[in-house]
Amino acid sequence: MTDAAHEAPRRRRRLGSVAVQIGLLVIIAALGYGAILNAAQNLARAHIASGFGFWNNTVGFDISQTLISYSASASTFGRAFWVGLLNTLLVAGIGIVLATVLGFVVGIARLSRNWLVSRLAGFYVETLRNVPLLLQILFWYNAVLQSLPALRGSIVLPGGGILNNRGLFLPRPVFAPGFTAVIAALLLGIAAAILLRLWAGRRQAQTGAEINVLWHALGLIVGLPLAAFALSGFPLSFEIPDLGRFNVRGGLEILPEFAALLIALSVYTAAFIAEVVRAGILAVPRGQIEAAQALGLRSGNTLRLVVVPQAMRVIVPPLTSQYLNLIKNSSLGVAIGYPDLVQVFAGSVLNITGQAVEVIAITMAVYLAISLVTSLAMNLYGRSTVIVER
Amino acid sequence: MPMSTIEQRALSDSPRTSAPLSARAGMFGWLRANLLSSPVNIALTLLCIVFIAWALPSLLRFFFFDAVWSGADRQACLASPMRPHPGACWAFVRVWFSYFVYGFYPAGQRWRVDLFFLALAFGVVWLLRLSSPRRDLAALYFFVILPALSFILLHGAPYLGLAVVPTALWGGILVTIVVATVGIVFSLPLGILLALGRRSDKPVVRLLAVGFIEVVRGVPVITVLFMASVMLPLFVPEPLAPDKLLRALIGVAMFASAYMAEVVRGGLAAVPRGQYEAARALGLSYWRMMALVILPQALQATLPNIVNTFIGLFKDTTLVFVVGIFDFLRTIEAARADPKWAAPNIPVTGYAFAALFYFVFCYGMSRYAQSVEARLARGSRR
Repeated sequence: MTDAAHEAPRRRRRLGSVAVQIGLLVIIAALGYGAILNAAQNLARAHIASGFGFWNNTVGFDISQTLISYSASASTFGRAFWVGLLNTLLVAGIGIVLATVLGFVVGIARLSRNWLVSRLAGFYVETLRNVPLLLQILFWYNAVLQSLPALRGSIVLPGGGILNNRGLFLPRPVFAPGFTAVIAALLLGIAAAILLRLWAGRRQAQTGAEINVLWHALGLIVGLPLAAFALSGFPLSFEIPDLGRFNVRGGLEILPEFAALLIALSVYTAAFIAEVVRAGILAVPRGQIEAAQALGLRSGNTLRLVVVPQAMRVIVPPLTSQYLNLIKNSSLGVAIGYPDLVQVFAGSVLNITGQAVEVIAITMAVYLAISLVTSLAMNLYGRSTVIVER
Repeated sequence: MPMSTIEQRALSDSPRTSAPLSARAGMFGWLRANLLSSPVNIALTLLCIVFIAWALPSLLRFFFFDAVWSGADRQACLASPMRPHPGACWAFVRVWFSYFVYGFYPAGQRWRVDLFFLALAFGVVWLLRLSSPRRDLAALYFFVILPALSFILLHGAPYLGLAVVPTALWGGILVTIVVATVGIVFSLPLGILLALGRRSDKPVVRLLAVGFIEVVRGVPVITVLFMASVMLPLFVPEPLAPDKLLRALIGVAMFASAYMAEVVRGGLAAVPRGQYEAARALGLSYWRMMALVILPQALQATLPNIVNTFIGLFKDTTLVFVVGIFDFLRTIEAARADPKWAAPNIPVTGYAFAALFYFVFCYGMSRYAQSVEARLARGSRR
């Protein structure tokens, strides 16, 4: 058989493959074209503008929680976008920290040899992850926080906080100009502690003598800022919220919407993180621990040097996807009116402008960007912890 | 506390090997090994007992002993001299129960919904029991016959004497189940196509599949639903604009198939290369190879993951709430807002009832997935 005889069917197959792909592209292009034509017609009929010109128009609606200055009469839709995005990042950021702490505690408790502890942790995980998050958000908001006393019966917390069904009002820290010195001292203390640890490590490598620097490091990190705080004349005061007849004035206001969303997100995601942590710790072979003990490592060092690094390699990838889920799930705050990106932008802005295509596209692009950045960081981490086979 | 428990687990021998035999025997041995093995352990045990002693009685009191079981309106569930601390108001659930199940589906036609539930349950059991006969026919029934039958039953067909019931009247558990069923019925075939597309050797096909999967999985489910409910009507000529429920269903099918595609991809990767090569050597075409050799193995291997994805989908059906569909959760919210039933214990009662419903379904499915997983593991060890 000659090469040419071989070539013919292969070329025919390749031609067929190209034809299929071109056909697919043509179909999709036709559908897309049809959709755009329809959209243009429908929009023109409803007198809705297109394009991103609305970005600089004035909004005219209020947002209940703003981290940056914002006013309904002067701010633009672009400003509203940033307010919403920052609110999303705020609840997601704090939620990630809380969910991680709770998730690690529950995950480790589930492995406890104490039967009661592991059963309670198991109960927590099975209950919370089998009930929809939206239901849990509504529960915290409508059943728990809304049943707090009204303004008149406000609970006054020790230290001057006020709690009622309009939210939690805490003393707001007010920083005097001298406070930068305290922050500088804190950074300095952290840097010094790291240097100390490096020095101790090098010392141990050279002489074998183990130096415990924990207390010195703590002293540097806590003591330096405290000293700076005292020296600069205590540049910090608190604005205590004031319980008036019709509202609470001043103080740091934590909205019930924010609190309900934060509690529900952290508690729900913690159940999943607990499972991730449990799987990660179980993935470390027993032999590793026995080998570390045989080498004479103390229990703390076995954990720090042998167990945790190997468990983390298993834990971190699924943990990251749980973080991403939490960020995406924070959009459920729309159900209770938490002003996150989806509520402000895909809700209010969309209703006012009617420009569904642009608004939804921007909203999706933001979440996509967050996802992409996170998975990129994930891949970098994965590459740095891959086991080097020797 | 966390550090000490992890140390205990990681660093000490398990009780099985360390404790002498006599110490493990009997109830006291068990107590000593599991609850009282060290001072930290004793403290933890005490802490847990205190917590349980505090939480359990008040929960039992609220949900059972002090609960109100019958009544016609809020009066029954308010605090009264006879009942100073009323518990859960189950009377509320009893009165609203048929609304929670059927929504506003006309009372005379509700047998159609019951029939749909029965037909669905039959299909689910047939399909999921690993030992049932002719599971290929079960798949045909579940993915082709059942959807057509359900549409005729629920929506109605005047030529068969079934009055049309507009979807605006559907509600409650009916809608939740419909959304979940549509999600699984469409997501599995579409997910398989997307997964095959992602592994295709044609760059255009691969690009389209990867693009769709990653975009849909990268954004919140709510935005996909928003897109389906707000943008879809723009993209089609006005007379063709789908109704509200259908739009939400399209959104659900979209995100469910993107998630399912990744699960199927995992299953495809688990099929050994030799299977592909053997199928090719037998002269099977691509589609016959996939349908007869690869997919049956891939789907069986990944069945637990499919069920777990479905649990996620089932929980996510609650999100249609946000685009204004009266699913089960939304009917609870609507009933809760009725002034006739305005009482402080109503929200907790409603949410507890809903939580119980979702928990029973999701927990049951996850137990099923675990048992299948254990069985598959047994099979592969052989």
